[in-house]
Amino acid sequence: MASIHKAVLDLKSLDLLANGNSSVHRLDARAKVLVSLVFILCVVSYGRYELAVLFPFFIFPIVMISMAGLPPLFILKKILLLCPFVLAVGIFNPVFDRQILLHLGPLGISGGWVSFASILTRSILTVGTGFILVGVTGFTAVCQALEKLGMPRVFAVQLLFLYRYIFVLTEESGRASRARELRSCGKKGLGIHSFSSLVGHLLLRTWQRAERIHMAMLARGFTGEFHASRQSGFGMPEIRFALIWSTLFIFLRLQNVPQLLGSLITGLNP
Amino acid sequence: MSHHIVEVKNLQHIYSDGTAAIKDVSFIITHGESVGIIGANGAGKSTLLQHLNGSLEPTGGSIHIGHTPLTKGTLPDIRRTVGMVFQDPDDQLFMPTVFDDVAFGPLNLGYTPADVEERVTEVLELVGAGHLRDKPPYHLSGGEKKRVAIATVLSMSPDILVMDEPTNGLDPFARRQLIKLMRDFKHTRIFTSHDLDMVLELCNRVIVLHEGVVRADGPTLEIFNNDKLLSECRLEKPFSMQGCPVCSSAIK
Amino acid sequence: MHMADALLSPTVGGTMWAVSAGTIAFCSRKIRRDTDDSKIPLMGVLGAFIFAAQMINFTIPVTGSSGHLGGGMILAILLGPYAAFLTIASVLMVQALFFADGGLLALGCNIFNLGFFPAFIAYPFIYKKMIGSQPSVTRLTVASIIAAIVGLQLGAFGVVLETIFSGISSLPFPTFVAVMQPIHLAIGIIEGLVTASVVSFVYKARPEIMQSAMESHPIGSYSVRSVALAFLVAAIITGGIVSWFASTNPDGLEWAITKVTGKEELDGPKQGLHAALSTLQERVSFLPNYAFKKPAEATNVVIEHTQPLPSVQTGQKAGAATSHFETTVAGLVGGASTLVIAFLIGAILKRRGQTEYAKKRSEQTGNCKP
Ligand SMILES: Nc1ncnc2c1ncn2[C@@H]1O[C@H](COP(=O)(O)OP(=O)(O)OP(=O)(O)O)[C@@H](O)[C@H]1O
Ligand SMILES: [Mg+2]
Repeated sequence: MASIHKAVLDLKSLDLLANGNSSVHRLDARAKVLVSLVFILCVVSYGRYELAVLFPFFIFPIVMISMAGLPPLFILKKILLLCPFVLAVGIFNPVFDRQILLHLGPLGISGGWVSFASILTRSILTVGTGFILVGVTGFTAVCQALEKLGMPRVFAVQLLFLYRYIFVLTEESGRASRARELRSCGKKGLGIHSFSSLVGHLLLRTWQRAERIHMAMLARGFTGEFHASRQSGFGMPEIRFALIWSTLFIFLRLQNVPQLLGSLITGLNP
Repeated sequence: MSHHIVEVKNLQHIYSDGTAAIKDVSFIITHGESVGIIGANGAGKSTLLQHLNGSLEPTGGSIHIGHTPLTKGTLPDIRRTVGMVFQDPDDQLFMPTVFDDVAFGPLNLGYTPADVEERVTEVLELVGAGHLRDKPPYHLSGGEKKRVAIATVLSMSPDILVMDEPTNGLDPFARRQLIKLMRDFKHTRIFTSHDLDMVLELCNRVIVLHEGVVRADGPTLEIFNNDKLLSECRLEKPFSMQGCPVCSSAIK
Repeated sequence: MHMADALLSPTVGGTMWAVSAGTIAFCSRKIRRDTDDSKIPLMGVLGAFIFAAQMINFTIPVTGSSGHLGGGMILAILLGPYAAFLTIASVLMVQALFFADGGLLALGCNIFNLGFFPAFIAYPFIYKKMIGSQPSVTRLTVASIIAAIVGLQLGAFGVVLETIFSGISSLPFPTFVAVMQPIHLAIGIIEGLVTASVVSFVYKARPEIMQSAMESHPIGSYSVRSVALAFLVAAIITGGIVSWFASTNPDGLEWAITKVTGKEELDGPKQGLHAALSTLQERVSFLPNYAFKKPAEATNVVIEHTQPLPSVQTGQKAGAATSHFETTVAGLVGGASTLVIAFLIGAILKRRGQTEYAKKRSEQTGNCKP
């Protein structure tokens, strides 16, 4: 429970970040969604042994964090809780892929370790981009942007409902499980039977709430249509933002910038 | 303005689990009246109110709003006439931001975006929530939620305002603000409350509900002076009528 | 078992995105047309319920460790396939954006693995068939468990295939399958047990909910047909990828087969899209030779991979190693410099942003003064 509870708290603070008013925050969400997707596609399109070429891509998250005034430590901490599945799968690369790929003087580094490092770097880049997107845009705006980009409205509305009631219901379930803990006199586990009655009650209350919400919607003239209330424009700033970043990513993807720079600095020619 | 009349005749409601929440309720409320519905927990107040805009279907009896019977066909019109504030504001605020939420009703009524904007700004000011406009509902306090919930209903300019425990969870200042707001509302007001002082202040008429039936229906002062009736229905005199023991003993 | 961006290739990720987006569009149209609009808030709120329910842990029988509800099966049972699919998709989207479960590109895979199988396979073909028209607690329990197991097995297999086809992980197919499937068998049994006990609680308390859930999506010929259709589309798309692999790289298909049979455990990145992209890179780049020796380039190296790490500097390769050493150093130095540059730019921007902000604030407060 603690982890999800914390995740919900984090969710709240991430959501609050989106209330900022930097130049990045003000951009239409579509531009940010598109740029993030191009970024992720470029990053994951590298082969498994490519590592140094990924580094220039850090420019995007770093610039976004500083331009938008996001708290870097908070984002970093969230990124470092990398998806355990990635780690679990990635750590097998050094085990199965022992072929020496890289020589640093006398030290040989196996392909597995290189690809593992590459997986970690990709993970940091892609996960970080996701957080930053939400932090500078907000979930609601991301949904609305996706809707304008063609996501079905039923799905968009449903996402908004889900997001709205996460806060209400997680608090409710937090209260319920706290109440149970207080009465369980230190006994730890929750057997399946009492679990199902606790969760079942929560489910029934949720169901009733959905019925009341529907009534409240009907009471306010809902006829099955959702009307978009706010128009936001995809203007010059958005076009500039999308063009500049996408061009940069594609340039980085096609050019081996670290190699260029490195040979300039070290004077070593490949 | 006879179309604001609310007429309830032999209303009965039995929930699907067999609970008879409303057994037999009849009354007529005419235009401009301000009526308080009081009663103990579980007396059937919320159940009764939910019938007034068709959120619940009666299992017996009938309801007329302005001489129009409440049926499936007349529901959309009636819902436009009767504005309903629910007991739990979390049920009523389902949109991403306060603005979107208040705009939901007017948009459904087909107002133009400019009108919606104006309307929303106006009612948010009215309930003292103008500064909350761009906040998401889950970042609001309980009382703020309540005020916004009231704004969502006022934005549709209803002819009859129905509220379930409107002052529940409000701080004294917000409560005072709400009482003023309700006094300024020109049309019919019907609300339930355990805040008997507010009932005393706002209503000229009170309906006492007890175990699903109307136990009393009359002028506010008359009912609050009937000690026997009040104690039978698990109610009390409003504090302001009890006389302050400290001050009164000081006077004596 | 969320699939993650870092393990995905763009081809696999993009394909699964297309498949999931198509299914979402299909389900949305179904919902719009066939169900009343009270279902929309219900779907949203039940999605939020899944998060809330996951906060409550139970003790897993026998092992004593604790687990929580997954939720896919319960949604399918309560909402029917179309609404359940949309709800699961929305839950996954929130998880991808806020909890770093997966990522944006992997969302397509995750929606398919965790949504499609329970909603369109396990629910209609197992749960509904087993429950029949007269649900009893025993039937409900058995059906939920088997449906949850099948759904999770298919989902786990999806993860394996997507990972293998992406070629970022070096895990051989047999090992991966041998790990994933049994783990998810255990998870499936528990998920099924919990699902059944919650569902029977709901069934006892409010039978009409279950009744309406069952009536609203009868397993008519239509739903079977649409599932079959979806399968066909998926098969065509998958076939498309495989043949594309085969066409861009003559031994791509062979590669896929060796991967699947696990005969050859080690292989390089020079296949499929990676190959296409790196040839593109070689064509446009000034300095095409990257320091990392790719095994496909130096086939004579393959034998080494069973030897322990440090003992590799054999004589025949010393020359090659030095030149590789140079490019490697160049690459790493360059990479590090780009990082430093990125941080510097960030710091400068941050400074500027702060002074601007401070200026704006002082202006604002200045204006506000009476
Ligand atoms: N959905 C429901 N299903 C079954 N019984 C219900 C339901 N809602 C309310 N009841 C029952 O109907 C009766 C009246 O409930 P109602 O909510 O109308 O009371 P109330 O007067 O509003 O009480 P309170 O002052 O506590 O708000 C109660 O006995 C309650 O248990
Ligand atoms: Mg009530």
